[in-house]
Amino acid sequence: MTDTVSPTTTGAPAPEATGRSRRVDSDWVRRNGVFVALALLLLFNLVFTDNFATEGTLRLQLVQVAPVLIVALGMALVIGTEGIDLSVGAVMALAAALIPLYIGYGTGLAIGISLLAGVVVGLIAGVLVAHVGVQPIVATLGLMVAGRGVANLFGGQIKSIRDEGFRELGTGSILGIPYVVAIAAVIAVIVGLVVRRTTYGRQLVAIGGNKLAAELAGLPVKRVLVTTYVVSGLLAAMAGILLAARSQASDPTKLGLLMELSAITAVVIGGTPLSGGQVRILGTVAGALLMQLITATLIFHNIQDSWAQIVQAVIVIAAVYVQLGRGTTRKSRTT
Amino acid sequence: MSTTEVDPATTNSPEAAMASRARFAALVQRQGAFAIFVLVMVVASFSFDSFLSRGNLTGIAVQASFLAMLALGMTFVIMTGGIDLSVGSVFALGGVLAAWGSQHGTLVAFALPLGVCGFIGLVQGLVIARGGLPPFIVTLAGLLFARGLLLLLTDEGAKTYKVPAGSAFRKLAQNDLLGIPYPVLLVVLFFAIGALVLHRTSYGASVLAIGGQEDAAELMGLPVARTKVLTYVASALLAGFGGIMIASYTSSGVTILGVGLELEAIAAVVLGGTLLTGGAGTILGSLIGVLLLQVIKNVINQVGSLDSDWQAVVSGTILLGVVTLQRWLTRAERT
Repeated sequence: MTDTVSPTTTGAPAPEATGRSRRVDSDWVRRNGVFVALALLLLFNLVFTDNFATEGTLRLQLVQVAPVLIVALGMALVIGTEGIDLSVGAVMALAAALIPLYIGYGTGLAIGISLLAGVVVGLIAGVLVAHVGVQPIVATLGLMVAGRGVANLFGGQIKSIRDEGFRELGTGSILGIPYVVAIAAVIAVIVGLVVRRTTYGRQLVAIGGNKLAAELAGLPVKRVLVTTYVVSGLLAAMAGILLAARSQASDPTKLGLLMELSAITAVVIGGTPLSGGQVRILGTVAGALLMQLITATLIFHNIQDSWAQIVQAVIVIAAVYVQLGRGTTRKSRTT
Repeated sequence: MSTTEVDPATTNSPEAAMASRARFAALVQRQGAFAIFVLVMVVASFSFDSFLSRGNLTGIAVQASFLAMLALGMTFVIMTGGIDLSVGSVFALGGVLAAWGSQHGTLVAFALPLGVCGFIGLVQGLVIARGGLPPFIVTLAGLLFARGLLLLLTDEGAKTYKVPAGSAFRKLAQNDLLGIPYPVLLVVLFFAIGALVLHRTSYGASVLAIGGQEDAAELMGLPVARTKVLTYVASALLAGFGGIMIASYTSSGVTILGVGLELEAIAAVVLGGTLLTGGAGTILGSLIGVLLLQVIKNVINQVGSLDSDWQAVVSGTILLGVVTLQRWLTRAERT
């Protein structure tokens, strides 16, 4: 099940030529590389990592990846429109910073206000991008800087959150699955369905593919763009709330720091090109899991943080290079 | 909108109104940051007695000099239509290498960081220009790589190398000429060279042509790949040199520096009127952008009752305000 159509498969079924089969192979790698890599790394850990296949270890991995995944899902939509959202980390901090201020009035209200803050930041980003025409990277960069500042103003220093319902959200589980993981899984399914089955999803992909054509075809480009940034802000706020619930504290200076980069990495490794026009939700899920598993593998084998970062850098480049196997033929290669 | 300075021959003709409006738009695009900078300076000098004192102004200039080095390289990168997210990490790495190198002589303190940082820039440039990978992803990986290398060198960030007391290397950033600190003089010198390179060399012309339209530049026979590689090398070298300056200034290789500095550099460049779409920009504008950000920091620090977190809020808001204004005016120019 793929949501993209590649030129090699739409053409008339030519007799098996050597060049063509190689093209198909590289295309297959581009599409499924992230799943293969994930499977290989899982296999490696099953064989070489002690106590890897235990419930505790796997559960911890999933709990840790959940917030990144939630943010990455929103990011995938934004990148699908040929945009980028650098404000997600700051939105997480802002959402978490608001929780201790309003938790006294009820858990639901506090969460609602936090989510609303995410929506507001997303709305500002969307209006700047869609209506004013500011480049996504600049608009969300400004919001990232300002948002982190506002989060610090609200939150000040680290605040612990004492609330039974909130604690339950972060640490409880349903049918043995932690709430955090269940929420991330449900969101992934919803976003996946929205991209494939709804008008909004198809419009989003069309806008990312060719904005001018989408506009000429009469698609509501501005509305779709604004909605997309609002969704990204909302999901980032949700991730921030879940992180705060897990640690039962909010630390506006640190929470969500560099999250925008992790989310973008997960999306790109998952096969969604930065040039827009495609959204690969399953790939994004696999990308987030892969990055989490790489970090975890390096920790399991006592490899220092320094090497972990260097390895991640190499993997990101390699992943994008593989995916561009086709992209370089589109654009004349410079000699 | 009526205008006051129209040519009498074409009074009231829509072309004339449009032309003068376009001129006004271009002026704001280029000088918007400068106007705000002057405004902030004037207000600050009336509000705080000590603001215009020699010590305070020198402090602002020295503090701004490190970011200025990064912003200069970033200006060229953005003018080619690219982006360099690695400069913050490369800056920190350069500082650590310089501090370590200074224990083996002043020459090593310069050669080692410039060599390593230049090499990182070279690899990034080659992967971007020859491999055709998106600059955003490549330099994101570069950010991780340089940070990883830094942690590796410093025992996971636990070790701070000191510049030996009495080392000539300390003079670089701690001494002054006729009362002007060396870092400030170096920034002025480098920006002058940068402006000359941009406007008087074929390399500079290539940079602007590539950013304007890469395909056209290639068809014209311009050395697109070489120009891009050179630009990323220059950006990394300038970031590394900024690191050398801060190592000399603080007499040590501080490992926690530079996080998020790449975004500050991008903000300064955008504030200065360089378009992120490439093809246009001013070197002087970037310097003004850097100074504006630094003056805002200084002013907010002077207001004792204000939390320093306001600095981020104000910087982000001004960035968004300026780009919104730029967009509105350039749109007015086109219609």
